[in-house]
Amino acid sequence: MNDLLLNLILTLDASFRVCIPLIFASMAGLFAERSGVVDIGLEGKLLMSAFIAASAASVFGSPWIGLIAGMFASCVFAMIHGFASITYKGNQIVSGVAINILASGLTMILTLAWFKKGGITPTLQSDERFLSITLPGVDIIDHIPLIGVIYRELISGHNILVYLAFAIVPLVWWVVYRTRFGLRLRAVGENPKAVDTAGLSVEGLRYKALLIGGILCGIGGAYIAIAHNAQFTKEMTAGQGFIALAALIFGKWHPYKVLAACFLFGFLDALALRLQGVVLPVIGEVPVQLIEAIPYLLTVILLAGFIGKAIPPKASAQPYIKEL
Amino acid sequence: MKNSHIAIELIDVDKHFGAVHANDKVNLSVKTGTIHGIVGENGAGKSTLMSILYGFYQADSGQIKVFDQDFISTNSRQSIEAGIGMVHQHFMLVENFTVLENVILGSEGGALITESLEKARIELTRLAKEYGLEVELDVAVEELSVGMQQRVEILKGLYKGAKVLILDEPTGVLTPQESDELFRIFEALKKQGVTIILITHKLREIMSITDYVSVMRAGKMVAHRQTSETNPEELAELMIGRKVLLNIVRTEAKSGDPLLIASNLEIHNEQGIKRVSEVSFEARSGEILGIAGVTGNGQGTLLKALAGILPLSKGSIEILGETISPKKSLNPQELRNLGVAHVPEDRQRMGLISDFSASESALLGYQNDKEINQGVWLKRSLVKANCESIMEAFDVRPINPALKSSNFSGGNQQKLILAREFERNPQVLIIGQPTRGIDIGAIEFIRKRIIEMRDAGKAIILISVELEEIMSISDRIIVMCDGEITGTVDAANADEATLGMMMANALPSDKQITEAQL
Repeated sequence: MNDLLLNLILTLDASFRVCIPLIFASMAGLFAERSGVVDIGLEGKLLMSAFIAASAASVFGSPWIGLIAGMFASCVFAMIHGFASITYKGNQIVSGVAINILASGLTMILTLAWFKKGGITPTLQSDERFLSITLPGVDIIDHIPLIGVIYRELISGHNILVYLAFAIVPLVWWVVYRTRFGLRLRAVGENPKAVDTAGLSVEGLRYKALLIGGILCGIGGAYIAIAHNAQFTKEMTAGQGFIALAALIFGKWHPYKVLAACFLFGFLDALALRLQGVVLPVIGEVPVQLIEAIPYLLTVILLAGFIGKAIPPKASAQPYIKEL
Repeated sequence: MKNSHIAIELIDVDKHFGAVHANDKVNLSVKTGTIHGIVGENGAGKSTLMSILYGFYQADSGQIKVFDQDFISTNSRQSIEAGIGMVHQHFMLVENFTVLENVILGSEGGALITESLEKARIELTRLAKEYGLEVELDVAVEELSVGMQQRVEILKGLYKGAKVLILDEPTGVLTPQESDELFRIFEALKKQGVTIILITHKLREIMSITDYVSVMRAGKMVAHRQTSETNPEELAELMIGRKVLLNIVRTEAKSGDPLLIASNLEIHNEQGIKRVSEVSFEARSGEILGIAGVTGNGQGTLLKALAGILPLSKGSIEILGETISPKKSLNPQELRNLGVAHVPEDRQRMGLISDFSASESALLGYQNDKEINQGVWLKRSLVKANCESIMEAFDVRPINPALKSSNFSGGNQQKLILAREFERNPQVLIIGQPTRGIDIGAIEFIRKRIIEMRDAGKAIILISVELEEIMSISDRIIVMCDGEITGTVDAANADEATLGMMMANALPSDKQITEAQL
């Protein structure tokens, strides 16, 4: 019984760790899509940021410099996406895919050029990474049954970016639903003409949204390379940007629901890892790939209209062209 | 500023969109505290002019004064600050926002919205009382009726401090009751000193509510009148304009059996608004039936129903042995197979596909013809040959079936569409605006072809807003106003004045010629 409980807690703990990039990326996507820009380029921005963060952390020996560099790189990519799809009214998805391909190729070339290694950066020392923080009071609470374990394993012992991720969700909610910027953001994703005729800049709002998205994706990418891992490896984001997009749809573009979706998808991922090679009665070996496919399956089922309805912001994917 | 006698003054405002001269040296002066109507047909440039005033577009040249101040607006914010509010034809509302949220958008005040919302609530309650504009403030806009949504738009303008309110075709989407309500609101606004600019093509509204009226035609401002000193006939004539009659030789019609009998039609448009009611007529073989009327009086909707695009709500159409009713509709394909050809009003959107080659556009609607459609593949050589032959027959230039449809001039596009429909030898032809916006040579050619079809014994229904066109080639004329038939005359007895009165539904009732007399 105790074993099972500990296993469960450890799986939950692992799902916390894997869902962090999903949270950052899906919140980034939330800003973009709420403003009417479909952000298929989340994956590319995560990857670029992971690479630049790992490189900068390694060269300058500080995780903080790595984080800032990663955010900067992601923002540059977000602005390229904006330039193509907002200023030049290009197809948002095509330019987003271009971002992904660009990131994939660029990270390979730059690792070779800068570090003479194909697709990886040097392994980071512990002072070049974000390390786990032990929260105060672990020793005191530790002896309390259940709560002690939960506090030690689940709540304490994460790096700072994990706590930041969980703090950022209510902040996003507050910005989107309680501020002037949020009101305009939601409006521009629903009916950009209404925003234009109210005397506001549609393009300006969309650029701001993409910039915020760039910053958030940057943190997510940096987390993957210099907090969760200790170096950049080839294609290390492994589709998390796409899962984040799925979580965004699954959470219906609402911060808390998206958080729940991220956690669900993270949990499935952690579960798949934990069940690898485990043989269960009746079923036999657990079909791990199936579990990993669940986020995508759930999203497809949702989009097909079986679980409620996922209605995206009305103007998303449409470049705004001024006409009556 | 408030005491200024003239609220809005436009001097020589000029605007081009590519080759289209949307506003041609337009002058306008609107007195403070009046209701000023601007009438004109669709495409006359009314909306463009108002969008320039609202900062949505910029004029190429000219001068604008608002309350005697020189005014150049490069975005809507500047216009709002100058005291101009606009209610667009298609509402500029965020549908899933509440009324309150929609109103404050763009003039929130502080960075946090909770406070702004509360301030707006107090102010809106006051405005609602003052002008009789009660709206539930916490309901999502999508749940409101169209009339209520329009109130929200008006409130938006007033909340932002509008002293001049521009309304673009405000009654187009309203029921008659809602329209009456709107006019009552206009009166209340006027009493408070608000200046109202009403854009419309409905003469009745102009006559009943405005103080002054300006008429636009083809981008030009053609007349300014005091409403009390003009009448619908004069306005209708100014809107449509007299045009040079083309010299088309035509023989007497030999009309035969009715091929299409429409009885008591009631039709709703795509938005579910009733646009045609109690319309009955028949179209006989060897005869051209012209349907006249100012744009937007239900002719377009009628045309679509005849072509099988819109269903009937009431009534029936007997056509070539089939009966269409609210219960039984025929789709355009079935109608085509029956021998009904349709030339849509809007050639760019419905007549052809701009990105298709001419040969493909010349095939639209007939792609299932046996000799062309061979199961999976189209017989491309035949498609091309067919296109070449109809291009020759209808003098479509250049004769190049591979050229993109959009690369042909308007007249040649229209000839291609007519050729497509005429060459299939239909029995009934439904033709909408055959010569709109094309050069004079093509006009003459097309009209001659239509008369040829008539002489070949086809029944032709011609819908056109060009009164001159209707008069020069029709044999019988029906006039529509507000979705109803307001007159039926023989072309031989028709004169422009009578038709103009019928188009404005201003004919004394004893002079109305009814169906019975036909």
